Amino acid sequence: MDAALAGVIDRVRAARADRAALELRGGGTKAFYGGSPRGEPLDLRPLAGISSYEPSELVITARGGTPLAELEATLAERGQCLPFEPPHFGADGGGSSFGMVPPRGGTVGGMVAAGLAGPARAAVGGVRDYVLGAQLLNGRAELLAFGGQVMKNVAGYDVSRTLAGSMGILGVICEVSLKVLPVPPATLTLRLEMDAASAIRRLNEWGGQPLPLHASAWWEGTLVLRLSGAAAAVNAAFVKIGGEIVDPVLAAAFWQGLRDHRDEFFVGALRAVEGGAGLWRLSVPATTPPLAMSGEQLVEWGGAQRWICTTAPAATLRHAAAAVGGHAVLFRATDKSAGAFAPLAPPLDRLHRELKQAFDPDGVFNPGRLLPGL
Amino acid sequence: MNAPLPPEAAARAARQREAVAALSAVLPAHALLWQSEDTTPYECDGLTAYRERPLVVALPETETQVAAVLKACHALQLPVVARGAGTGLSGGALPNPMGVTLSLAKFTRILQLDRAARTATVQCGVRNLAISEAAAPYGLYYAPDPSSQIACTIGGNVAENAGGVHCLKYGLTLHNVMRVRGLTVQGEPVSFGSEALDAPGLDLLPLIVGSEGMLAVILEVTVKLVPKPQLARCIMASFDDIRKAGDAVAAIIAAGIIPAGLEMMDKPMTAAVEDYVHAGYDLDAVAILLCESDGTPEEVAEEIDRMLDVLSGAGATRMEVSKDEPQRLKFWSGRKNAFPASGRISPDYMCMDSTIPRKRLADILQAIAGMEQKYGLKCVNVFHAGDGNLHPLILFDGNDPDQLHRCELFGADILETSVALGGTVTGEHGVGVEKLGSMCVQFSAEEREQFFAVKRAFDPGGTLNPGKVIPTLHRCAEGGKMHVKKGLLPFPELERF
Repeated sequence: MDAALAGVIDRVRAARADRAALELRGGGTKAFYGGSPRGEPLDLRPLAGISSYEPSELVITARGGTPLAELEATLAERGQCLPFEPPHFGADGGGSSFGMVPPRGGTVGGMVAAGLAGPARAAVGGVRDYVLGAQLLNGRAELLAFGGQVMKNVAGYDVSRTLAGSMGILGVICEVSLKVLPVPPATLTLRLEMDAASAIRRLNEWGGQPLPLHASAWWEGTLVLRLSGAAAAVNAAFVKIGGEIVDPVLAAAFWQGLRDHRDEFFVGALRAVEGGAGLWRLSVPATTPPLAMSGEQLVEWGGAQRWICTTAPAATLRHAAAAVGGHAVLFRATDKSAGAFAPLAPPLDRLHRELKQAFDPDGVFNPGRLLPGL
Repeated sequence: MNAPLPPEAAARAARQREAVAALSAVLPAHALLWQSEDTTPYECDGLTAYRERPLVVALPETETQVAAVLKACHALQLPVVARGAGTGLSGGALPNPMGVTLSLAKFTRILQLDRAARTATVQCGVRNLAISEAAAPYGLYYAPDPSSQIACTIGGNVAENAGGVHCLKYGLTLHNVMRVRGLTVQGEPVSFGSEALDAPGLDLLPLIVGSEGMLAVILEVTVKLVPKPQLARCIMASFDDIRKAGDAVAAIIAAGIIPAGLEMMDKPMTAAVEDYVHAGYDLDAVAILLCESDGTPEEVAEEIDRMLDVLSGAGATRMEVSKDEPQRLKFWSGRKNAFPASGRISPDYMCMDSTIPRKRLADILQAIAGMEQKYGLKCVNVFHAGDGNLHPLILFDGNDPDQLHRCELFGADILETSVALGGTVTGEHGVGVEKLGSMCVQFSAEEREQFFAVKRAFDPGGTLNPGKVIPTLHRCAEGGKMHVKKGLLPFPELERF
């Protein structure tokens, strides 16, 4: 076992003995997300490096602290990618407890723990759909391996995929194996003018046809649509859908800006958040009509993700989302007293507490990041 | 006449009276079976080598009845084994001799098919293929297609995280399920996932999907439907060498192609299926690859050309592209009938299900050839080559206890070798009772204890499908690796779960 891993294990053992909490930290780029971090920071960036990558197996295995940018660059060299387009948020550049200055930006472990996906989510699946296996350090400081490096694996409970979006409450994601895919050979971005209701309706109609729909974003009367796949399929879909072709360079910048929350909508939203508004992410069934809500709205994922920047009270947003079978996340706000995530119904709430107990009986990891009291 | 029962049988009879009394209070008489002639049909699932008689079989017709059965069983701490169509291949629905088999066969309604949202909400007992049939008028279908799709139920598919021949491109059951609604062991309603793309809290769907009836009872499933591709065409390619065929698979993936299906059969398997379906397979080939492309006609034409290039570069000795749909189905008919075809050449067969990294294909097939000698049994091989999932079919005669025993050792050896090659003991059939011993090989004591802790979080009393999936420390110490390393076990009749 190398020094970095031994160091992490020692920290977990010590925290457990002291009944202390640890804040698991990669690049610190998503510290704003979820409940406010508490506990002694444990910098996981020294736990870095790509352990194995076999393009013909479509699998990459990397340690949790590996910079996401490094992993994606490695894949790009072989014409492959993480299809779910994980966001790269800005780094806060926190120092390292191991006395090194690792690269800035998010890490692979942070990507899995946050479970956030970018514009292609509706077309290709989310983070958990690409997790094949993980090495987890649980709250008893035991190093456990779940899943594996193969596409099909149903041996035991699928703990590794449950780590996606777990906000680190189950343990340290020391290493993860991910399924990767070839970069689609052709891509084309289209602009169409229409209102939100038409955009949602048409996106769902197109979704029911064999079209290479890859990403969508509607804001202020404009629908931007990305097609990806075989060149022949992309061209045929353009003929069918129509619209105005967006210059490929501008298009790439647009989708990346949307993914990383640097585009116009999010820049405006971040300013509004500083002024006291909340940036909400509503995850709803894709066919949900436009939500009658004050404030700016951006519709992504074929209708399944609605970003709303508003000063409306949390209860209004949570109620609106629940009423259509979805849920509302307070994504960014200066005041998160309403809770970042929607509270859980009784049997699920109990199961969460029992599961936390099963992995982290002493409550060492990331208290309160996912749910209050966990 | 009326001789006293031996103590064990007396205890069982007393427990059975208790179970019948409790369940009679919540179920109509016709929904409760306990006479042995009525419970016999439930004594095994698709893994027929293992049989047990349950105390009772409950056949509820409403969700309220299922909840009441669970509450009654919970109060008595009676084991509950949920059962769909009983087609599972790992003994996941093998009854508990002191428990209740909960048949969900009557939950067969398709509740909603939402064309716009491309989802279907169905009761757990709906057959896999019935979903695609109901969605067909809208140009949609449910992608996972286990070979038993005519008979197997969606509830069972969810319990086992069933796969099929199109997983590389379309994913497993988990990737195609949005929400699972069911009951906890205590009979409380619970829902995992949602009709949105995510749900608050931990993502528990991956735990539930593939949990083999150990964590909750599934009543209703909302699945994703996907547009049916306009066209599918299939290449049938022959190879004179297993290693070349394996390298061809890697070369296709390395070329950036994700085929809709990528399957392999070895020579003995090809001979068995050709004799059964007469599809015109190349009987001289050492290995046959089936490579499918689907999409728009333009897309398919482009992809088929690229695949032909790669295959011929990889040394294919013969290639044929399906000209039309009947011919494509003919190419597939052998692969889809691999199991019944094996049933014709042998009194019994045991279907194994491990996954290995694709590049180790030739290594595992070579190892299996060695095991045929070692255990004195024949083995034919089909292989979901695209995702590395092997299905060696070990041929044996179940009437000969020694053959059954050697077959079990052979199977365990394949699984252990798969783990050693970097793979897993089950790709899509589940652990059930069949692979309990092999789980000891793949997971450490701490990992198995973590699984038990997950189990306790959902089922503190351990009454949902007890004894399956996760072997106890005791069991691993006694039998885990022993049978492979030390040859034949001394007591093949010994209870092993």
